[in-house]
Amino acid sequence: MNTAAETIARPPVIEMFDAAVTSARAPGAAVISDINWCVSLDDYWVIGGPTGSGKSDLLATAAGLQRPLRGVHRIFGRELANLHEADRLRERLRVGIVFEDGARPFPQLTVAENVALPLRYHSDWDEAMLRQRVEEMLEVTELSAFADSAPSDLMRALIPRVGMARALALGPEVLLLDNPLAGLGPRQERWWLNFIASLAAGHPSMKGRKMTLVVVCDDLRPWMNQGRQFALLKGKHFLPLGGRADLERCNEPLLRDLTAAHSS
Amino acid sequence: MRAFFDFAGKRVIQWMDRTHELMAFALIATGVTVTKFNVAPRVIRPLVRAQIHRAGVRLLPMIGFLGCALGLIIIGQTVSLLTQIGAHTLIGTLMVTVVIRELGPLLTAVVVLARVGAATVIELGTSRAQGEVEALEALGIDPVHYLVVPRMWGLAVSVFALTIYFVLVALLSGYLFAFLQDVPLPPSEYFHQLAAALRWEDFAMLTLKTAAFGIIIAVVCCYQGLAKPLRIEDVPNATTRAVVSSVVACVAVDAVFIVAYLLI
Repeated sequence: MNTAAETIARPPVIEMFDAAVTSARAPGAAVISDINWCVSLDDYWVIGGPTGSGKSDLLATAAGLQRPLRGVHRIFGRELANLHEADRLRERLRVGIVFEDGARPFPQLTVAENVALPLRYHSDWDEAMLRQRVEEMLEVTELSAFADSAPSDLMRALIPRVGMARALALGPEVLLLDNPLAGLGPRQERWWLNFIASLAAGHPSMKGRKMTLVVVCDDLRPWMNQGRQFALLKGKHFLPLGGRADLERCNEPLLRDLTAAHSS
Repeated sequence: MRAFFDFAGKRVIQWMDRTHELMAFALIATGVTVTKFNVAPRVIRPLVRAQIHRAGVRLLPMIGFLGCALGLIIIGQTVSLLTQIGAHTLIGTLMVTVVIRELGPLLTAVVVLARVGAATVIELGTSRAQGEVEALEALGIDPVHYLVVPRMWGLAVSVFALTIYFVLVALLSGYLFAFLQDVPLPPSEYFHQLAAALRWEDFAMLTLKTAAFGIIIAVVCCYQGLAKPLRIEDVPNATTRAVVSSVVACVAVDAVFIVAYLLI
């Protein structure tokens, strides 16, 4: 997709070479090893894996929240471990993450305060600009009516959107989504898929810039027509599958399992 | 016998390990206060104010009640006894030693620990268990800066201020009790005695000691809530541990201050 000149000028977004990912629950043990993975600008990765295959740990490591057990991990061409704290923070903020299971909004803050928190902490915008940005984020996630409610007062299906709005507030260039459709009804599912697709195509609230996306999930079906690059997590290994066309030729049993109608 | 020494040795080593970790945690929090003093003041300063409100202002009625009770029960009786046996010249020294130096700070610290410290462990332990600490990190917000620093300084200020109120209320209500019992001690004599017994070190030590108590409570409670990944079911145990360690640490520091008083 990118021309050679562009690729040289702009390093890959996330790179992992011979990396092993560990788990927060059992530090020191490798959950996934020998990961060789390169996310380029404007990619839309969909990574499937059964429960317990280390999807969340892979995302946390990719976002720089966890250190890889071994191997190289770079964000925008820079190895986080070698960076000074301020530089590491700057690179890390270019990557947003939406967590699994309700996206973990801060329960003691209102919805609007949740979205405003990263902006208040990192920017020196005045209150008017801040409010405008928060309103914009709440509008695109259709949460404007709940700005002053506590996240726990929202309908369950809407709570993950608070995490989404909060992750987008700082305008990241990459968004990592951890099983965003888990437990959602068909209507909500459709909203998420449409919204993520609009982010990939360049959403107006992100100044029309195309967003690089990485989604991990345990059910590949909704993503088959969305994602552009696919991979699987199988038996502690990272298996890149290629593009949509390659999927049809692939006869990996796990792929069939994750796209079968009975999987959930 | 061997078993006893094994047991005792193990406990001592455990205790030393925990003390070591607590000291490290306190140093990290102090370091973050200094290095991030000017980072995001509009997020952190309101949090410090909120802590002062929660641990200080809202505890004022409780402290007033306890101070009053202590004054009526102990001080009043002591004053009337001392006057009866003609030892009223000792009143000042006794009050300053017992109430201002020892009981005031310690009782206030215990009240703050019970009302705020325990709640802090539960709050932070639950947020850690629910992944909110990781969510803060994902937004580039240092959890120590956001969660620990405001509590540390908020509690230091609160314990200091509450101790002052406690001492004032206790001394006043103590005199009131003596007055009601027709003790022949004019108020001017009582306050003159107190003022004569106070030395400048008492003010300095009171400030240092109460601030130290506040910091100890905050550090121990935050450490127990945050330092290790907890599961929800670990939170009650962590809370008990925090309360016990805080009391022990406060009494130990108190002992150090007694030595300091003797040396001055």
